[in-house]
Amino acid sequence: MDDSLYQRRKRTNQIGLTLSMLAMVLGMTVLLWILALLFYKGFAAFSWTFFTASTPAPGSEGGGLANAIVGSLMLVGMCTLVSTPIGVLAGVYLAEYGDQSPIAGLTRFVSDIMLSAPSIVIGLFVYAILVAQVKHFSGWAGMIALSLIAIPVVVRTTENILRLVPGSLREAAFALGAPRWKVATMVTLRAAKAGVITGVLLSLARISGETAPLLFTALNNQFFSTDMNKPLANLPVVIFQFALSPYDNWINLAWGGALLITLVVLLINIVTRIFFREKVSA
Amino acid sequence: MNATVETAVKRKDPMNATVEAEIKMKAEPTLSPAIRTVNLNFYYGAFQGLKGVNLDIAEHQVTAFIGPSGCGKSTLLRTLNRMYSLYPGQRAEGEINFYGQNILDPKQDLNLLRARIGMVFQKPTPFPMSIYDNIAFGVRLYENLPRAEMNDRVEWALRKAAIWDEVKDKLGQSGLSLSGGQQQRLCIARSVAVKPSVLLLDEPTSALDPISTAKVEELVNELKTEYTVAIVTHNMQQAARVSDFTAYMYLGEMIEFGKTDEIFIKPKKKATEDYITGRFG
Repeated sequence: MDDSLYQRRKRTNQIGLTLSMLAMVLGMTVLLWILALLFYKGFAAFSWTFFTASTPAPGSEGGGLANAIVGSLMLVGMCTLVSTPIGVLAGVYLAEYGDQSPIAGLTRFVSDIMLSAPSIVIGLFVYAILVAQVKHFSGWAGMIALSLIAIPVVVRTTENILRLVPGSLREAAFALGAPRWKVATMVTLRAAKAGVITGVLLSLARISGETAPLLFTALNNQFFSTDMNKPLANLPVVIFQFALSPYDNWINLAWGGALLITLVVLLINIVTRIFFREKVSA
Repeated sequence: MNATVETAVKRKDPMNATVEAEIKMKAEPTLSPAIRTVNLNFYYGAFQGLKGVNLDIAEHQVTAFIGPSGCGKSTLLRTLNRMYSLYPGQRAEGEINFYGQNILDPKQDLNLLRARIGMVFQKPTPFPMSIYDNIAFGVRLYENLPRAEMNDRVEWALRKAAIWDEVKDKLGQSGLSLSGGQQQRLCIARSVAVKPSVLLLDEPTSALDPISTAKVEELVNELKTEYTVAIVTHNMQQAARVSDFTAYMYLGEMIEFGKTDEIFIKPKKKATEDYITGRFG
């Protein structure tokens, strides 16, 4: 045995291990720093009024984020209702029907571009085709902008997860004389259920923090409103505006809102992991 | 099989008409074929997987396809229910005659064909649903049965596949919760439940332990009273045990076809003998 060769391999291994540890520590440090700062600054803002009062007027004391929380829930909720069926159906089409059709290729290409398109471009687009036409910002416009961001995420994950379903399962269903749509809905989509739900949850996590597309669409509303035809308060835009304001209570609320969004995204991610673990053990 | 055998077979045609068929079989004369292939060629793109295969699959008999890996035995099986049609670039030429109807006809309704020619695969493929629904899924495609009749059908199919006693108390559980051998018998029950006239078995026991294998083989023997069976197997002892006819294939060609006894005891061709005795393959 060549001892020097062995020693050299050991050294290389140690260097590699050290470098990857360093990278890990760097990543973890930044992440923990962000979380620590958020908790430190944000947790102080949490109070009863934080969840019950609406955003305060300039110069007035106190206030909360109730209008923004409700607005965000409405935007994200409706966006999920719109983007889930569209995204899942498109994903099913790509995976089960359009294996070689040119339309499927085009759909996949466009969807991939949308997936990586800067969200501010999406916001501008909806501003141009909707807000500029009706001449006012609205919750609907915000919902559409968020849906345009969420749909490609759902399409991609649905298609990928359906492709993981073994071909033998598909063949077994066809072998019983099942038509394609039944194979897709009753067998493959069922087999991929956990993965599809994961995709929807991930898209939810993605859009719940999006700010840029809402700046041009839903904008913000200082008052409590659930009217989708009017500008709608929402957490990301409130954080953006309040964090840059000169008022201490506004800045506090911005930290609180940031912490709230982070916690929600964290929760979504944990739920996603649980779903995925169930899929693996099934 | 040296005396005249008389079997009265009652079978329900999947197209809904109840057919009362009395079939008289004799040992020696030719049996009526359920499926006849005439000069069947098959292509995976440019590669030819089957070369001029002529074969009769006799009604209510078990026909085994044997041969080394890649010889085309699974390919042949997959032409018989047009499974290959799922994949672009795969095509068959020639004729496959199924009770007088050429199923290679482009106008052939594939879903109806597959309801009449069932298939069981190498690996168990239970659907992600309850044991009951695994069986009922196929039945519901072509029949609208009241609840009680559906229950009877599910039980009947599970009994046919010799798995009823093991699952009767947990029909609501997922089909995925069963062991591999049970899953495979569930899949056989699922195919039997739609009452096809032909069952294609593609190496049905290759993923199973010896005990499950014995159960499935026993099953094959029973199934042939009501169904025509074609089975692909890597295991020559299995072919000898379960089949009435055996086809030996090599490189896409049908080298020899005949009664299983004859193929295994005194094959006509040297190539067949070499394979069966283990000198090749």
